[in-house]
Amino acid sequence: MGDILSLLWTHLDVTVAILLFGIGFTTLLLHHNLIKKIIGLNIMETATFLFLTSQGFIAGRAAPVLAEGAAAAGYVNPIPSGLVLTGIVVSVSVTAVMLALTIRLYRRYHTLDIDSMTLMMKGEDE
Amino acid sequence: MKKKIADILRQRFYGDESPLDEDMIASLGEQPQGLTRSSNEALEALEGVRELRVQRAQEQEHEMYRQIHAWSYSSGVKIIQRLYRILSAVTCFGIVMFLLWTVNTLPPFGDPGNPDNNEVAARYVELGPGETGAVNMVTGMILDYRAFDTFGEATVLFTAACSALFLLKLHDHKDGKPTKTWLEAEYDDRFHEPKNDQILQFAAKLLTPVVLLFGFYVVLNGHITPGGGFSGGAIMGAGLILYLNAYGFKKTERFFTYRTFQWVTFAALLSYAGLKSYSFYTGANHLESGVSLGVPGNILSAGFILPLNICVGLVVMCTMYVFYTLIRKGGV
Repeated sequence: MGDILSLLWTHLDVTVAILLFGIGFTTLLLHHNLIKKIIGLNIMETATFLFLTSQGFIAGRAAPVLAEGAAAAGYVNPIPSGLVLTGIVVSVSVTAVMLALTIRLYRRYHTLDIDSMTLMMKGEDE
Repeated sequence: MKKKIADILRQRFYGDESPLDEDMIASLGEQPQGLTRSSNEALEALEGVRELRVQRAQEQEHEMYRQIHAWSYSSGVKIIQRLYRILSAVTCFGIVMFLLWTVNTLPPFGDPGNPDNNEVAARYVELGPGETGAVNMVTGMILDYRAFDTFGEATVLFTAACSALFLLKLHDHKDGKPTKTWLEAEYDDRFHEPKNDQILQFAAKLLTPVVLLFGFYVVLNGHITPGGGFSGGAIMGAGLILYLNAYGFKKTERFFTYRTFQWVTFAALLSYAGLKSYSFYTGANHLESGVSLGVPGNILSAGFILPLNICVGLVVMCTMYVFYTLIRKGGV
C-alpha cells in the first residue's frame, strides 16, 4: 500500500487527472439534469488537458518563448501545449452546441430532467 | 407436443371452459337429424356466441398487456434505474482503477528523458525561430508548421457558431410585426437581467476599453509573448460581453449586429485561407512564402503569423460574443 501511494505521489499530475476524469464521468452518468451532464463532460475534458500538458513539462526548464542566445535544451516541450490548444477550441465548440440543443429541448419540454423528457417523447410517439 | 401447446393456448385464452359452448355442441348434435342446412337464425346465434367469445378473449389479452405496462412503468423503471446507477458507479470505479493501474507504466513527471520529449520537439525549438521567425514556439508551431490544422480549428468554431445560430435564433420579425417568441424572449431578458445597474455600468466603462486593448495586445504579440489569436480573441469577446451586460442590446447593436458577425468571420476565414493557400496546394509542406521573416522578436516579423493571428482572434471574438447572445436571448 505504501508503495502504491508513493508511486501515485510521484505521478501526482496523472493521479489528479485520473481522479478528475472519474469525477467527470460519474457526473455524466449519474445525473439526470442535462446541464450537469454537460458540466461532467467538461470536467472530463479538463482532466485530459491536464494530463496532456503535464506530459510536456520538463523540470527546471522555461516556457518555449525563446530568449536571445539561450540553448535549445533550456525549454519545455511545445507540442503538447499546441495540441491542448486545439482540444480546448473543440471542447468550447462542443459545449456550445450541446447547450444550444439543451435550450431547444427546454423550450419544447420545459424540463431539464432527461427521464421525464424521455417519457414525454414516448408519449408523443404513441 | 403440438396438441399440448394448443391446449395451453386454449387454456390461456378461454380459461377452463371449452371453446365450444354447450349450445353449440347441442346444435352440432342436432343437425344431422333435422334440416340439412341450419337456419339463418341458428347461424346468427352461433356467430353471436363466437363474437362474444372473441371479445372476451381480447379483453383478457388487453388486461394482461395493461398489467405488464403498469409494472414496467412503476417497479420496472425503479429496478432498471437502480441497476443503472449501480452499473454506472461500478463502471466509473473500474475505469478509474484501471487508469490508476496504468500509472505504473507511465514515465515520471518532468523528466527530460521522457519519450514525448523526442527529436520533434528538439527540432522545433532549435530551428523554429530561423524557419518561422516566431519567438513564441507554440504560436510558431500552430500558425506556421501546422497552420492547416489551425484553419480547421477556426472553422470548427465558425461551424459551432452556425449550428448554435441555426438551433437558437428566434425570428424577430414576420410581415413587419414582431413575433410572439421574440417578444417573450425580450420580456424575459428585461425582467431577469438588471438594467441600468450603476455599479456594473461604471465598472464596464472603466474596464471595457482596457480589456479590449489588452486582448488586442495579446493578439498582436502572439508571436513574441505567450498568447495569440485564441486567447486574445477570448479576452476581446469577454470585453464585449461585459459591455453588453452593462448597457444592454440597444447599445451594442450600434456596432455589432448579425451582419457584423457574418462579414467579420467570413472575411477573417477567407483571408486566412488566402494567406495559407500556397501550403494547402502543396499538402501543407513547408515552403518559402516570399515574405521576409524579419528579426525574431520584432512586432513586424514572422511572415504571415501576425495576420493569421489577427484573423483567428477576430473569429474567436465574434464566436464568443455570438454564443453568449444566442444563449441569453436567441438573437445577435
